[in-house]
Amino acid sequence: MTELAPQLLSVPSPSATPVEDRKASNGATLPSARIERPARREQMEESPKLTAEELSAWFGAKQVLQRVSLAIPANRVTAIIGPSGCGKSTLLRCFNRMHETVTGARATGKVRLDGQDIYARGVDPVLIRRQIGMVFQKPNPFPSMSIRDNVLSGLRLTGLLKRELAEGIMERALIQAALWEEVQDRLSEPGISLSGGQQQRLCIARALAVEPEVLLMDEPCSALDPIATARIEDLMHSLSDRYTIVIVTHNMQQAARVSDQTAFLLMGELVEFGATDQLFTSPHDVRTEDYITGKFG
Amino acid sequence: MTKAHTDREFEGELQELRNQLLEMAGRVESMIADSIRALVQRDSDLAVRTIEADNRVDRDELEADDLCLRILARRQPMASDLRFITLALKMVTDLERIGDLAVNICERAIDLNQEPNLKPYEDIPRMAGVVQSMVREAIDAFVTGDVRKARAVVERDDELDELYHRVFRDLLHLMMKDPSGLERGIHIQSVAKFLERMGDHGTNLAEQVVFMVKGKDIRHPGRLEGENG
Ligand SMILES: Nc1ncnc2c1ncn2[C@@H]1O[C@H](COP(=O)(O)OP(=O)(O)O)[C@@H](O)[C@H]1O
Ligand SMILES: [Mg+2]
Repeated sequence: MTELAPQLLSVPSPSATPVEDRKASNGATLPSARIERPARREQMEESPKLTAEELSAWFGAKQVLQRVSLAIPANRVTAIIGPSGCGKSTLLRCFNRMHETVTGARATGKVRLDGQDIYARGVDPVLIRRQIGMVFQKPNPFPSMSIRDNVLSGLRLTGLLKRELAEGIMERALIQAALWEEVQDRLSEPGISLSGGQQQRLCIARALAVEPEVLLMDEPCSALDPIATARIEDLMHSLSDRYTIVIVTHNMQQAARVSDQTAFLLMGELVEFGATDQLFTSPHDVRTEDYITGKFG
Repeated sequence: MTKAHTDREFEGELQELRNQLLEMAGRVESMIADSIRALVQRDSDLAVRTIEADNRVDRDELEADDLCLRILARRQPMASDLRFITLALKMVTDLERIGDLAVNICERAIDLNQEPNLKPYEDIPRMAGVVQSMVREAIDAFVTGDVRKARAVVERDDELDELYHRVFRDLLHLMMKDPSGLERGIHIQSVAKFLERMGDHGTNLAEQVVFMVKGKDIRHPGRLEGENG
């Protein structure tokens, strides 16, 4: 597993439910909560989409997550912030069992998707990575593939893709990723012929094509210019109607712009997790305060 | 108040803003004192000088606003820094309004000083004393981040309201007894009203300090929750 390119890690396994069967259950999404912004109390009453319970993680002997517990609500954008090296990416990668693909890496504690322990015996990590997709810092389309094939690559590799459904799935994914308008006339061109921002949206389309429920994004805009960044941020807002989004960002202003709640990690410890509006105006913990106001060391 | 900002230029800008606010508050405080002195000591020259001093306070407001906008645009401040900037933006408005009210008092003083005293001023200087100490304490609370002091200021507003009503009743009584004092009575009553309004701005200042320190809004209790629920 360790030598696999990261793109391939989110590919569904042959044991996964066929795409057409999952359509119905996916069709009924919760109404968008962004506009109404219900009080935090109500958010808590909804059952969370993804939870970490006492999650610790190691690389060899080095512990990089310290008993992190948090509940990520469905159909919201949750941001994870913190200084570089504090364990943001590791936390994200524990959420879809990618952490364990690194030699010598391990984790303890629980991660639950809709209440089900994703680390339980018998759970197929490949299926988990399909339900919990990932987008990386650097856009990484398959260099040899066309735009069309890039979008479909995840499904293709499973052998699940029915030929007659392919075009529809591709179009839907590209529309959801807000890229369709720009590429519909050039679907056969290589994915890497696109601009950086478009490539990142192509990667989002590729992740969406397998119909995940959760989308993990690890600093998805750090290689992009402000306009491409604004497009991705706008996209995150609209995608949160259907998907649960977790974004790691080192950019606090971005976390403040895009997220409903924010988690602040420091040296592997979850210092504070709360409504974004509150955390960035009146954080509870002095360590959060010092970090977000730029008082380091 | 906790650690210093890693970016020292940013730290310097916040310090500069704090100093601007303190200087402005100091100027406003003396305007209150001078306007009442101009009235009680029948010193119309002082009234004129105080009216002129208000130009400086107006400029203070513009300068502080300008600095706040610059910091917002360039630093995108967060948490207590953000609360400090929003506080500063509101504080200068309140301070500037207090300055305007002192000008209004001076204008009345100039009119009143041309006539014999209707009666010795007692409660008016008392009111001015309360207002001055409200402003001073609010600014003190701001500098030291002292929430308790700020809350105490909010409570003093009742004292001021009481004095105002007493002045009003006394004047009414006088004017009914002797209608020749009507015009002077109305002027004095406006002075009391101006002082009472200064007290409201002082209360605002103090409430904003609580917000800056605690991140909690104590104005209009219960309103935000009610609107959300
Ligand atoms: N593959 C790896 N092998 C060993 N240590 C790693 C590996 N990846 C990350 N780390 C270490 O784990 C800690 C957390 O890293 P990471 O989760 O990437 O932090 P962040 O995303 O917040 O910058 C860091 O100290 C980092 O050096
Ligand atoms: Mg990282």
